[in-house]
Amino acid sequence: MAKSKETVSRTLLVALVLSIVFSVVVSTAAVVLRPAQIKNQNLDIKTNILSAAGMLPQGASAEEIEKVFSQFDVRLVNLDTGEYVEPASVDVKDPMKYDMYKAASNPEMSIKIPSSEDKAGIKRRPNVARVFVLTENNKLKRVVLPISGYGLWSTLYGFVSLEGDLNTIEGLGFYAHAETPGLGGEVDNPRWKAQWVGKELYDEDNRGSPQIRLIKGGVGANTADKEHKVDALSGATLTSRGVQHLVNYWMGDRGYAPFLKKLREGEV
Amino acid sequence: MAEITAKQVLFEPIFSNNPIGLQILGICSALAVTTSMNVTLVMSLSVIAVTAFSNLAVSLVRTQIPASIRIIVQMTIIASLVIVVDQILKAYAYEISKQLSVFVGLIITNCIVMGRAEGFAMKNGPWLSFLDGIGNGLGYSVMLLFVAFFRELLGAGSLFGFTLLSPVSEGGWYVPNGLLLLPPSAFFIIGLAIWGLRSWMPEQVEEADYKMSRHTHKEAF
Repeated sequence: MAKSKETVSRTLLVALVLSIVFSVVVSTAAVVLRPAQIKNQNLDIKTNILSAAGMLPQGASAEEIEKVFSQFDVRLVNLDTGEYVEPASVDVKDPMKYDMYKAASNPEMSIKIPSSEDKAGIKRRPNVARVFVLTENNKLKRVVLPISGYGLWSTLYGFVSLEGDLNTIEGLGFYAHAETPGLGGEVDNPRWKAQWVGKELYDEDNRGSPQIRLIKGGVGANTADKEHKVDALSGATLTSRGVQHLVNYWMGDRGYAPFLKKLREGEV
Repeated sequence: MAEITAKQVLFEPIFSNNPIGLQILGICSALAVTTSMNVTLVMSLSVIAVTAFSNLAVSLVRTQIPASIRIIVQMTIIASLVIVVDQILKAYAYEISKQLSVFVGLIITNCIVMGRAEGFAMKNGPWLSFLDGIGNGLGYSVMLLFVAFFRELLGAGSLFGFTLLSPVSEGGWYVPNGLLLLPPSAFFIIGLAIWGLRSWMPEQVEEADYKMSRHTHKEAF
């Protein structure tokens, strides 16, 4: 027995049988569980969007999330022209299937950001972004825009939600990052995020360049330009700087500003 | 070695032969996934499942495995089980699987799983091997939960996500210890736990690798 199992043909046979058995096991698990996983992923994206927009009721169930989310129009926007594009132009049927961060690593679907402009370490920007628009009675109520950029250790991915005037921030939140827990990780702190509500992106006469600043020492009643300023995270200078740069990049001319301009003027 | 009993293989790894405490295996994940009890619990269950079933599978086919490819056979079995566990978590515990991220996949490289497959399941029957897998998984879990208990309580002021000590950042009184949320803190806690364990069971203390010899002649000063 001991001898017969050490032959070359026996070794090959065992290896073959083993590979077949376990590839069946693994692929069965993958195929059977796929629908549940896709549902989870979509639900996760929707949850992140709704929590940035401050529309997520406490302990909402999956059905409630779907229901609230269904009020949004999911649109794809060409960032250079600021106009909506058809999902077919980026080879997807359903805008929910489009992944703008994956597109950012495809040279044909993105541009390289010159390093002089790239303070937030974004590196490449997709040509087409996915935005979420909520209209009520033909009136624009809110727009949720995806944002991302580099903090201290990691790229932060999040959403910013704007009110119907396309200037006032209604909520901001990050759903994925790996900043230091307790310091930069406090970007998740609800009390810190609450500060963003009501801040204004732009000056009245210049709708192209956002003025958001994260400052030391807190924002008091007497702080100049306090509508643009947010208290930085204590002990997390680089994360705070990253957040400031990434918000200003995405809301600027190279980001969503052309789209917001057209949306404000009712051109799209 | 005397006949081993089911009770022994199941309970010995928990304190007297703890895979982390005595064998110092599986430290990587013990540092990475112990910031909160919920995550740790799911990780522990995953490791128990993987060690138990990989031991069972390896033990079932142990007489058929040619010695020349035994390690790769064990690896294939373990890797497949880990992928299955990962898929199940993504389908039914998405939130937690996101927090565990790569560490579920890294169970493959967890020395405990491989160590038990090679060290125990290759030599023993399926039932004992299965119990041994559960036992070692439990030993790992006990240590992980111990570490996570202190890290979550003192680092975030909560347990299983329920706030016990309300932190200042949310208007409470407790100043959380940020160090405990960072991986190095697990080293301190594991170190203290090993110290405690070895004071309780002095037979676990290893013999020193070398002895200092006495001075034989006077040095400079």
